[in-house]
Amino acid sequence: MGDTVTAHVDDHHGHHEQDFWSTYVFSTDHKMIGFQYLFTGLFMAAVGGFMAYVFRMQLAFPGESVPGFGLVTPGDYNALITNHGTIMIFWVAMPMLIAAFGNFLIPLMIGCDDMVFPRLNRLSYQIFLISTILLLAGFFVPGGAFGGAWTTYPPLAARGEYNLTPLGAPIWLLAVALEIVAFLLGGINFVTTVMNSRAPGMKMMDIPIVIWMIIIAVVLFMFSVGPLVAGAVMLLFDQVLGTSFFIPSGGGDPVLFQHLFWFFGHPEVYVILLPEMGIVAEIITVFSRKKLFGYKLIVYTTFMVGILSMIVWAHHQFIAGIDPRMASVFSFTTILISIPIAVTFFAYIATLYGGSIEFKLPMLWAIGMIAEFLVGGVTGIYLGASGLDIYFHENTFVVAHFHYTMFPIVILGGFAGMYYWYPKMFGRMMNETLGKIHFWGTIIPFNFIFMPLFSLGIGGQHRRIYNYLNFPDLASPEFQNLRVLATTATVIMLLFQIPFVINWFRSMKSGEEAGNNPWKANTLEWVAPSPPPHGNFPDGLPTVYRGPYEYSVPGRDEDYWPQNAPN
Amino acid sequence: MSLAKPIATTREVTGIPTGRLAVWWVIASEIVIFGGLVTCYLLMRLNNVSWGDEASHTSTAAGATNTFVLLTSSLFIVLAHAAAEKKDTEKAFKFIWYTIGMGLVFLLVKSYEYTTEISHGYTIFKSVFWSFYYTATGLHALHVIGGMVIMGIISMDVKKGKELQRVELIGLYWHFVDIVWIFLFPLLYIAK
Repeated sequence: MGDTVTAHVDDHHGHHEQDFWSTYVFSTDHKMIGFQYLFTGLFMAAVGGFMAYVFRMQLAFPGESVPGFGLVTPGDYNALITNHGTIMIFWVAMPMLIAAFGNFLIPLMIGCDDMVFPRLNRLSYQIFLISTILLLAGFFVPGGAFGGAWTTYPPLAARGEYNLTPLGAPIWLLAVALEIVAFLLGGINFVTTVMNSRAPGMKMMDIPIVIWMIIIAVVLFMFSVGPLVAGAVMLLFDQVLGTSFFIPSGGGDPVLFQHLFWFFGHPEVYVILLPEMGIVAEIITVFSRKKLFGYKLIVYTTFMVGILSMIVWAHHQFIAGIDPRMASVFSFTTILISIPIAVTFFAYIATLYGGSIEFKLPMLWAIGMIAEFLVGGVTGIYLGASGLDIYFHENTFVVAHFHYTMFPIVILGGFAGMYYWYPKMFGRMMNETLGKIHFWGTIIPFNFIFMPLFSLGIGGQHRRIYNYLNFPDLASPEFQNLRVLATTATVIMLLFQIPFVINWFRSMKSGEEAGNNPWKANTLEWVAPSPPPHGNFPDGLPTVYRGPYEYSVPGRDEDYWPQNAPN
Repeated sequence: MSLAKPIATTREVTGIPTGRLAVWWVIASEIVIFGGLVTCYLLMRLNNVSWGDEASHTSTAAGATNTFVLLTSSLFIVLAHAAAEKKDTEKAFKFIWYTIGMGLVFLLVKSYEYTTEISHGYTIFKSVFWSFYYTATGLHALHVIGGMVIMGIISMDVKKGKELQRVELIGLYWHFVDIVWIFLFPLLYIAK
């Protein structure tokens, strides 16, 4: 760090020249770390999307060579499915929704110049990067990548003889464990920053809702992941040393791992959902020019969601042979948790009601998310009922349900956030026409991918099958046509991401200049220049005078009232 | 670190210093890790009466010695903290190294235990009880080693009279490691 002595002098002016490595690679600036997470996440989304394309092609045209991949062997198929799930949850949803937006937004929105532990932040990304490389390296070791599903149930996951990937399985587990460490470090930084470094005048109830949601998600992650860390160590010992924590023949208990996994795995859904609900809340408020309905109500119900989400996990195990009496308890809590989430959704709809709605790009994605997520939420009630779940759990109904929750959250919500904060990130506006093509080209095929899976599932199509044509009951043309439809829609949807990539890079150079506050929003990040320089606020750190959602206040000339404006 | 510290690092909205706040969050996240491990052990132990016989082969005397050693080390780090509060850097430095010394004694006793147990055939593969025994005590020992390394690094700054608040922070962590042992000792050694 000797070369930064000169940087120190210039720091107060907000500008200084640093070489390539310290600006882009070893930066401690929260915005650059946010970008590192964002671009790694987007890259991994492309990898995960490609995997989905390959295994969907195998399901629609079994045994035929897939363009760009070749023949899919059963081992490949398992590895692709497993890693598609792992990547989309741990390497796309988490880094994009929490790490990228969290890093970029937290210091800007609470009005300070960086995180409280900038070097810890950098370490967090570096560990994450190592975990990314490790995960992808799993594909190139003898035996191939792990293929025992992203849930890694033992005994299948615990012994190389069973899963046939003696190297791939521990590498996968180590990559996930490192990724968890990265997020724990980052999470501690997030929570401490928001607790201790808010702008003068910003009380608890002046914090923008997206920051609340990210913080609650981080704390939830921290408290739910601990037992899984312990479980991962035990599973790693089973794999590498040959202990028998989860092997019944050695006196172990495989269902114990399922409990450890889902004790984390279910809160994880909310860890991903909450930041994205926050993003949507910011967007719908700004684009309906109306105060967010029930700010405090949303904060409190979010706490409730966090607490409830920790006592629903066993609904993933209704078919694992758990006691039916216990299943009824978990059915009850599972259906109970839809209440606070529904309250939040009604608050969003109430925010829209009577507002002057502008369908700018971020708003399109946000509304799309609300509409599509409803389908996921409603089908979840079927699965929460333990009786129905016994039928639905092992067929593609549950796959469709899962994607109707996760896709709106991660992809639609993620794009909403990216379109909304792009002007702040790069100082220019994105092209509306290309953005609309991207939106409709994503959301329409999405429904054509997963609606067929609902009906296929009800019709009895099992999940985790390599080639349905080997099963006479499932090989009928009606079924196969629906599979081809879903696969075609997948390809179309992936192709419609090209306008986004073009728009993203073209707008960086030739987009319309955004100015500080293109959306006329209240929160503090819009006070900073676009893009914000090192130190964020060159005119001095802001002071906060009011809550973040004072839109269309009667008696004011402007329909917005920035948090830092004295009057 | 010549780079100017961000203003964020100097703010203290909650009134609690940022470092202390962060260490508490670290401890919170560690509690659930050890909590998960101990809960798994308890759940399986309740279903396996035979584990009581297995536990009788652990050395309660060695465990008790180590409990005493760790408690003493906690006393030393408290004394180091008290000295640091009074800016008595010499004394703080001395007590930090006493703490590290006690950590070393703990590890020596632990490795003596491991070697005797392994030589008698009680390896990590012997049964799930022994798997838990080695995993839990091993994970704990790693935390002891980590704490000792951090103390060594901190002591260098303390000697120069810099970053004295860090003595308190490592003390918090060290007490946590101590408390984990207070749980492990009865569960793995005493309960027969």
